[in-house]
Amino acid sequence: MNHLLSIDELSEADLREVLRITPSFAEVAQRRIAKVPALRGQTVALLFYEDSTRTRLSFEVAAKRLSADTLNVSVSTSSVNKGESLRDTAETIEAMGIDAVVVRHRSSGVPSQLTKWVDAAVINAGDGWHQHPTQALLDCFTLQQQLGDLAGSHIVMVGDIKHSRVARSDVTALTMLGAEVTLVAPPTLLPPAVHTWTARTSHDLDQTLASADAVYLLRMQSERQNEALIPDLREYTTLYGLTAERAARLDAKVPILHPGPMNRGVEIAADVPNLDQVVVVDQVRNGVAVRMAVLFLLLGSSTVDLPVESHSPEPRVAIS
Amino acid sequence: MTAETLLIRGGTLIDVTGTRSGDIAVVGGLVADASAAPSSARVIDASGCVVSTGLVDLHAHLGEPGDEAVETMTSGGRAAVLGGFTTVLAMPDTMPTVDTAAVVEHIRSLAQSALCHVEVAGCITVGRAGAHLAPLGELANAGVRFITDCGSGVQNPLLMRRALEYSRPFELTIAQPADCIELSADGQMHEGEWSSRLGLPGAPAEAEEIMVMRDIALARLTGARLHFQTLSTAGSFAIVAAAQRSGVPVTSEVASHHLRLADADLASYDTRRKVEPPLRDRSDVQAAVEAVADTRVDCIVSDHTPQSTDRKERPFDHAEAGSVGLETALAVALTQNISIEHVLRAMSWRPAELLGLGTPEQRTITPGARADITIINPQESFTVSTSSSATTGTNSAFEGEELRGRVRATIVDGHVVVDGYEVTR
Repeated sequence: MNHLLSIDELSEADLREVLRITPSFAEVAQRRIAKVPALRGQTVALLFYEDSTRTRLSFEVAAKRLSADTLNVSVSTSSVNKGESLRDTAETIEAMGIDAVVVRHRSSGVPSQLTKWVDAAVINAGDGWHQHPTQALLDCFTLQQQLGDLAGSHIVMVGDIKHSRVARSDVTALTMLGAEVTLVAPPTLLPPAVHTWTARTSHDLDQTLASADAVYLLRMQSERQNEALIPDLREYTTLYGLTAERAARLDAKVPILHPGPMNRGVEIAADVPNLDQVVVVDQVRNGVAVRMAVLFLLLGSSTVDLPVESHSPEPRVAIS
Repeated sequence: MTAETLLIRGGTLIDVTGTRSGDIAVVGGLVADASAAPSSARVIDASGCVVSTGLVDLHAHLGEPGDEAVETMTSGGRAAVLGGFTTVLAMPDTMPTVDTAAVVEHIRSLAQSALCHVEVAGCITVGRAGAHLAPLGELANAGVRFITDCGSGVQNPLLMRRALEYSRPFELTIAQPADCIELSADGQMHEGEWSSRLGLPGAPAEAEEIMVMRDIALARLTGARLHFQTLSTAGSFAIVAAAQRSGVPVTSEVASHHLRLADADLASYDTRRKVEPPLRDRSDVQAAVEAVADTRVDCIVSDHTPQSTDRKERPFDHAEAGSVGLETALAVALTQNISIEHVLRAMSWRPAELLGLGTPEQRTITPGARADITIINPQESFTVSTSSSATTGTNSAFEGEELRGRVRATIVDGHVVVDGYEVTR
């Protein structure tokens, strides 16, 4: 694994390896000095073309806990709109001598395109509607914490699947781990060729929730009503929102996930996020550990003072 | 410069009259019987090669005037003759656009520096803006035979009806790229399995097919000549074929890249393969090849659209569309195993007929015809590399691919402009 661009490019073995070593990194956060020297002397550039405070902070904390230096490159969206050459930006960053680029971009495919122009490892932190692979990894890890082995479990994902990089990443990852995924959305918010995906689809949330082992809600953006994809948000909430009534019918052991930020009152009723079964905070916490694992697997083996292979059974996580 | 006297020996002669082996001569810019060549004639060895009437491209963007940094008549003309084209129809989306006789004349004078003949297409509406009809009579009097708004074409159905009706006395062909832009919306690629996977907005095949159906209805209503540019879906080929059977005067073309590449070839977000209409499903590619082979499609075109590197090295949804194609169109068609007779029908005599070049006798390689001749080695392979191509455009959808079928010599008006696979002047 040289880059992390898409869950589609991961093997099941790669996926299980990340999830297997993640607890070692989660443990680092519990220490009095939450830092290990695994990536000392390496530089990770955080190239965010699209605002995303939580994902950027998560990667930044992950890199710092591994002792890597971080470089925040915020690229103004105006230069993108002026058609700034992607290659120019990539080569500029490359010239600064970096080991990994974490990239977030509103256009699908940018992380793949960057790999043509930079030697550094490229980590996709979300590209357009395409992929958000570390989100899928942290979701899988969180679901395993809640449900144990995911083989045979039924994960229900609700919302704007068509425009969701989270859905594109999670469906593949969860299916790889043996879960059965049902996507619930109005037909206008499903991808055109969703029948080629490894998930079932439904337009009946109540019926689908009856057999759910976990519920994953996606963010619903109000623009969708302007594009005539839904009549209005009120009807969306009635048909596809996790209302208080629907939440009350769920077994208390069924975890509720959301990639954040939540639109209270739209995809999730105002008070539902306060239920114990909502694991959004676990997702955020696990995000740091999973991103440490990814950075370690991509960069760790080239560290001179850390004699471990990229697939070594136990990463060395001694207190610095 | 006086035309050379040539003896073309040992090739297989193919034109609209059929296929035969034999030698021909070129004397005074015209095809002549081999016996007419004096012993001093320059001999061109065509053994193992096909000697055809020159290729004619109904769809190329040549840069000049307005986008000279990307292509000029000189560089585009060199690319054309290397690809075997002796005549190219230049699209009117120049700056200024081709909506007056003065611009037609200006482009003709610029085209003096091209090694091939350049015919000029005009706009349907002023400035291609889709609001007012261009002076179609003036354009026709200036020698324009094809008019098109390129790009998104004429969207307004009433305006399209008026253009078809008004143009009839001038024997103009109204050419239309079929795309209902309100349905294709901001589609960046073909809508289907791959757009769903790659997370790019898709343009459905139906956005093209709806416009094909609409314009066929308008051609039936008005009796005007209609030509569809760069059709790309199996449905479009079927709809046009049905219209032709029922007697509607409609013709069509397919771009060479749609004969080989599909949406799955965009898996690495290679913007050089971003074209309009987009690369379609593999089944559409198969249908395009079959439509050429069974003559439902009239022409194969290059849809040569040079772009500079900076317009392509952008995020996929911000990159400009288009691929260069003059130097590869013939090879792509031959590599797809379409018989050479069908390829030459679609790339030589059928487009020449649609453009109204000369009389039927002149569109042959029989004595007396104008000596626009292409000599093709169907077995010679080459690897596509824009860095060593004649076009200044750096965007080939086929970069790095090996293609079979190469132009050994091109003769324009009796002048040998390509020989031994290279431009000779």
